[in-house]
Amino acid sequence: MGVILYLAMSIIAAFITRVFFLFHKILRSDCQLISPNSYLRTIYCIGSGGHTTELLRLMSHLDSKKFQPRLFILAKNDISSEVKIQEAVDGSDDYTLYRIPRSRNVKQSYISSVFTTIYATLSTIPILYKFKPDVIFCNGPGTCIPVCLVSFLMRCFFILDCRIVFIESFCRVQTLSLSGIILQYFADIFIIQWPQLRHVCFRAKYFGRLT
Amino acid sequence: MQMQYKKCFVTVGTTRFDLLCEFIQSSPVLLVLRKMGCENITVQIGNSDVEPGDFEKDGIKLHLYRFKNSLKADMSNADLIISHAGAGSCLEALDLNKPLLVVVNEELMNNHQLELADQLHVDKHLYYCTCDTLASTLETVDFSWLSPMSKPNPYAFVQYIDSVFKVKDNS
Repeated sequence: MGVILYLAMSIIAAFITRVFFLFHKILRSDCQLISPNSYLRTIYCIGSGGHTTELLRLMSHLDSKKFQPRLFILAKNDISSEVKIQEAVDGSDDYTLYRIPRSRNVKQSYISSVFTTIYATLSTIPILYKFKPDVIFCNGPGTCIPVCLVSFLMRCFFILDCRIVFIESFCRVQTLSLSGIILQYFADIFIIQWPQLRHVCFRAKYFGRLT
Repeated sequence: MQMQYKKCFVTVGTTRFDLLCEFIQSSPVLLVLRKMGCENITVQIGNSDVEPGDFEKDGIKLHLYRFKNSLKADMSNADLIISHAGAGSCLEALDLNKPLLVVVNEELMNNHQLELADQLHVDKHLYYCTCDTLASTLETVDFSWLSPMSKPNPYAFVQYIDSVFKVKDNS
């Protein structure tokens, strides 16, 4: 009995150490990644509306030979984004679409969104385990919170070694979005598009207006 | 020299904005626009509660339609753009260097898009008002005071991402 207790305690201690180590790494923006392959498996978390447009425009500036294969994760009822993705990949078919339930619909209450978020979170586990991303790009809202939380946990358990890049929308001038508030602690790279936001998030990086 | 705003384009985006569609057809607003030299107004009404169609009122020709795939042609044609506060519409108009007046929808309170409109006004890229003050704002503001917005530039970001995320070079 004592041995089992001792084992359980040391596993929990090891896990907590690992979580603290990762947070320490993330908050110091220590995010270098050198892939043993000639490519980086990349996930784009597609939000909705203007967010989709912003993220796809950014994607068009990234080297598609380096950031591939590409997986787009989008919300189940998001039809317009699929059209935009097809336009953005411009005829190429080396990409995958994966749909997950929405974590929070517009005007849904915060309490009920807790349960839908849990459901959405669980449904990202199989695809993240299968795809094993190296890099995740997201700019909120919707799909990015469950994807990022699960990938962070998988990183804690050494299942994945991936980096999260969060780009706050150009619309946010003085305050962070809900996705931004949460992901400032989980994203390895946190990008803002207005310098004022540095007062809200000290580790944010500013490169001017991106899209 | 007084600037002439012959063609005016109004957009409410993908949702609806009943009050703006109503106000843009009201005599006080049309008379001010007429004074500014306006002859044609094209209105993209989305799902607002007005009927699309063509008609003439107070000496101005109006053309109302619901949606188009791209508003770029209508925007490029216009001498003045009146838009809802949606970031997409505002940025599209500003990237075309058009004089822009944003009409804030007060029914959408705590809408964070006002944050962007306000900042872009502080940076002298646009004016904004509400439906109630549309006529008086058009009468008083000087669009030549506005300055063009600098173009977006993703290259510093892309360079940074490439320097942090590396792949084994086997070329």
